[in-house]
Amino acid sequence: MSKPKCWQDVPPATIAWGASALDVETGLWRSMRPVLDENKCISCLKCWLQCPDSSIKTNEEGRVCGINMFFCKGCGVCAQVCPVNAISMHQEADFTGEKREHGEDPGKVADHVK
Amino acid sequence: MTSGNLAFAEAMRQVNPDVVAAYPITPSTEIPVKFAEFVANGQVDSEYVAVESEHSAITACVGASVSGARVMTASSANGVALMHEIFPIAAAFRAPIVFGLVNRSLGAPVNIHCDHSDSMPERDSGWIQIYCEDAQEVYDSVLLAVRLAEHDDVLTPVFVCQDGFITSHCYEPVELLSDESVKKFVGERNAKYPLLDVDNPVSYGSFTMSEYYFEIKRTQIEGMNNVPRIYKELTKELAEYTGREYPALDAYRAEDAEYLIVIMSSATGVVKDVVDEMRERGVKAGCLRVRFFRPFPAEDLKKLADGKKGVAVLDRSASIGGTAPLAAEVKSALYGLSERVPLQEYLFGLGGRDLYPRDAEKVFSRLMENDYSDTARYIGLLEKDEENGGN
Repeated sequence: MSKPKCWQDVPPATIAWGASALDVETGLWRSMRPVLDENKCISCLKCWLQCPDSSIKTNEEGRVCGINMFFCKGCGVCAQVCPVNAISMHQEADFTGEKREHGEDPGKVADHVK
Repeated sequence: MTSGNLAFAEAMRQVNPDVVAAYPITPSTEIPVKFAEFVANGQVDSEYVAVESEHSAITACVGASVSGARVMTASSANGVALMHEIFPIAAAFRAPIVFGLVNRSLGAPVNIHCDHSDSMPERDSGWIQIYCEDAQEVYDSVLLAVRLAEHDDVLTPVFVCQDGFITSHCYEPVELLSDESVKKFVGERNAKYPLLDVDNPVSYGSFTMSEYYFEIKRTQIEGMNNVPRIYKELTKELAEYTGREYPALDAYRAEDAEYLIVIMSSATGVVKDVVDEMRERGVKAGCLRVRFFRPFPAEDLKKLADGKKGVAVLDRSASIGGTAPLAAEVKSALYGLSERVPLQEYLFGLGGRDLYPRDAEKVFSRLMENDYSDTARYIGLLEKDEENGGN
């Protein structure tokens, strides 16, 4: 479904499709970015446990393997709780050249209930 | 013989809603109390949620309603005010809750008696508002409200309002339908997008900024705009069981009248009596009772007031610093008339002060004498100088 072009096409009752949070790029308003030093990381999972946006990525063995920049809001909790200083915070402006994924698409709202 | 509160509770028992969450408050207390008794006695299958505040009561109602349940509750006065935050959310979620609002004046000062200062602040919350004249109308309106709220073209919560103590506690003859008839009339709720349908998951109340908020409000307006059409069908359908039909605007000897009083709820009875007396004396008096305040029956009112020699609007709540709610609606509705109808605003009955026949008679007399004031007059107010304002 494309973006609603008129009020008649807007889904009823403020409804959005299930698990819609997965499609919303909360990383859009990040001003500080966490950077993981995998050489220092001991995979204690404290950051994974504390991250309010579930943005700490883990691999099949359950070890920390990166940070999801689509969701990360840059709150810095991970850097604070890391016992070995494996995560450092940097100005988002330093990464401006990077390609970003497209964010929220209201057109997807309630696709299946229409 | 039953009261407005007990008639409401009895209708609830017959409707057998899935969920009732309530926090009792005078004068609507009897509704949840009586209903809790039905639950305890196993006379209904409802889940009764006892909560710690009115805010929680209406919040639980919204949650249950979007889950697909048929939900009812009741409250009054400051209880209603505490729920205020949640009312627009219920309306936007298109949660078809049926709400027994027993009108009581808002504190301060603390006063348990009737006026409409509790429901009127909710007139812009997106809910339908029905105001009943007597207990029979309360009972019938609950049944109508269930169907109206849940109709796919409406999906809007409903306040069924009655006057605190005057209607809620006075016993009068009320004709009840059989349980089977009620069951047949209200049927089962068939929710379109229930939160509990795990095969078709949905989220309610997602974040929406300026890109679609306006459009969502427009969809609510559409639901409200559909009410008169759907309601007309429903009141006809219920009349097949009861023989009683209720128009959105109740006209009493109004069509050929020269002078009209516009009023709401229980005080209408007094005005109707006075209309009869005036008619016997050869005065063409009439009365319009506004039953639906939301959606407001502006077109009907415009038609019925057109060409009258004088109209008086009696409000039972003030809008301090502005025009009282009913008067504002009536004036707005009459704006489109090619010839202006003279109109006098009155405030009456705040905090439960009675309206007497002599009051209504004086209102008519002053209309006949062409005696108008630019500002609202007060009925039954203790005045320093009788001539300075007063009725």
